[in-house]
Amino acid sequence: MLVSLTAAEMLAAARAIAKKIAKPVARPIARPIARPTARALAALAFLVIGVCAAAEGSEREPVIAAAASVRFALQDVAAAFYLETGQRVRLSFGSSGNLARQVRAGAPYDVFLSADPRYVEELARDGFALDAGKNYLLGRLALVVPRGSPLAVDGSLADLRLALSDGRLKHFAIANPEHAPYGQRAEQVLRRVELWDAIRARLVFGENVGQAAQFAVSGNADGGIIGAALASALTDRASAALIPKQWHAPLHHRAVLLNARSASARSFYEYLSSANARTLFRKHGFDLPGESS
Amino acid sequence: MRAPCFENTASIYPASRAEGHIEAMDWTALWLSLRLAVFTVVLLLPVGILAGRRLAYGEFAAKGLVEALVALPLVLPPTVLGFYLLGLFGADSPLGSAWQAFTGTSLVFSFEGLLLASVIVNLPFAILPMQRGFEAIPREVREAGACCGMTPWQVLRRIEMPLAWPGVLTASVLSFAHTLGEFGVVLMVGGNIPGETETISIAIYDRVQAFDNAAAARMSALLLVVSVVTIALTFAFSRRLGRRFN
Repeated sequence: MLVSLTAAEMLAAARAIAKKIAKPVARPIARPIARPTARALAALAFLVIGVCAAAEGSEREPVIAAAASVRFALQDVAAAFYLETGQRVRLSFGSSGNLARQVRAGAPYDVFLSADPRYVEELARDGFALDAGKNYLLGRLALVVPRGSPLAVDGSLADLRLALSDGRLKHFAIANPEHAPYGQRAEQVLRRVELWDAIRARLVFGENVGQAAQFAVSGNADGGIIGAALASALTDRASAALIPKQWHAPLHHRAVLLNARSASARSFYEYLSSANARTLFRKHGFDLPGESS
Repeated sequence: MRAPCFENTASIYPASRAEGHIEAMDWTALWLSLRLAVFTVVLLLPVGILAGRRLAYGEFAAKGLVEALVALPLVLPPTVLGFYLLGLFGADSPLGSAWQAFTGTSLVFSFEGLLLASVIVNLPFAILPMQRGFEAIPREVREAGACCGMTPWQVLRRIEMPLAWPGVLTASVLSFAHTLGEFGVVLMVGGNIPGETETISIAIYDRVQAFDNAAAARMSALLLVVSVVTIALTFAFSRRLGRRFN
């Protein structure tokens, strides 16, 4: 093979090859190689577009953009939906604020499950959703404390106050109040019990409530305020206590259809209010609108 | 110490997890990452060969500036790059709206948009090693071919490529591995859509948030192996390139 030749051998080989194929008329040295390269590029572009188009051709499973607070519950609901209807959905989790921003930027989501009706109302007002959607869940906040933490599991947050003053508390996790509804409500709670100013320097913010839960439950923080439904799925790693719901504005979760493209998306949207879905949501620790808890 | 409302929920959870979506390895994400990496390399090969040759052989006024621009993605924070790309492809941008009009879908948060971002991010990883590869070919070797009447295409195919291949392979391996590992830019322009823009790096991040450390560990180990192989190949190729002319 040519690859193992030295430069001198290469030179000789090139001359030999060139001599064999050379025509008597000398060619200009600097002739551009653009034409064959352009042809190769065009062929490649066609190949790529073709493969992408082939992938597009198959029926796309609708994408559900969901607040991280419903993660575990929604996985169960999606599994039940698949068992009942044979239709699959793809789940993408994030903070409600970030997902709403992505919807505005043109993300190909079909259903948006927000942990705050405000984001859905703004999307509907600006024409990014079919209508103003429906409230389908009511979330609760919980104090979570990982195994081995010096913090007591006390939903009234009395021990949190003590731990702050005696220096036991190093880090405390909540979701980012800027764009995560559970973070905003956690801030309300901490302000209400007048701990916000004292705890501020100890706070670590998750990008969404799922990441805050990860910080809190992994033991990297001494505790955190997260969604009760997330906490209930993690009882093998941490203990949790509900925080009184009068301490913060209600956490209404709102679902909305973003477009009319997918029939499966619509049936999944309807399925969220079905008896089976409601049972699953309740088992995960959510309250349901129109029911007393 | 547990609140009573959690007593009954703990029991249903493990059972539902077993039949749910959680798997030890996210094959969809892995397949997506591999596809993205292959397409990125395939698109970058001609770009890198053309640009690498031009930078290696050419002397032009703005050469320093072009080299600096090509190297920029190496040092630019991925979030900064992602932010500008988001502006460049966004629904309001000329490129984004042209794509929207042409295909009916948005460029951001799509596989095609991710591919375009990936190609831009990987420009230095493709062009710089190829430039080194072509620079290592003595000028007289190229000119000999041309003098003997070979067309530039023949010179490229029969003389330059056989000599510069370690640079070209290094560029391909680096771009491939870097695409598998890219996180910041993918998160900014791709979102996190399974089967569309959820690459394996994003899936690892997502698995950790889902408390699925077993899957995160397995996927991380896979990327670790890929990275080790990449480093080994890159070193082997550059040794080969260095030995040839010494």
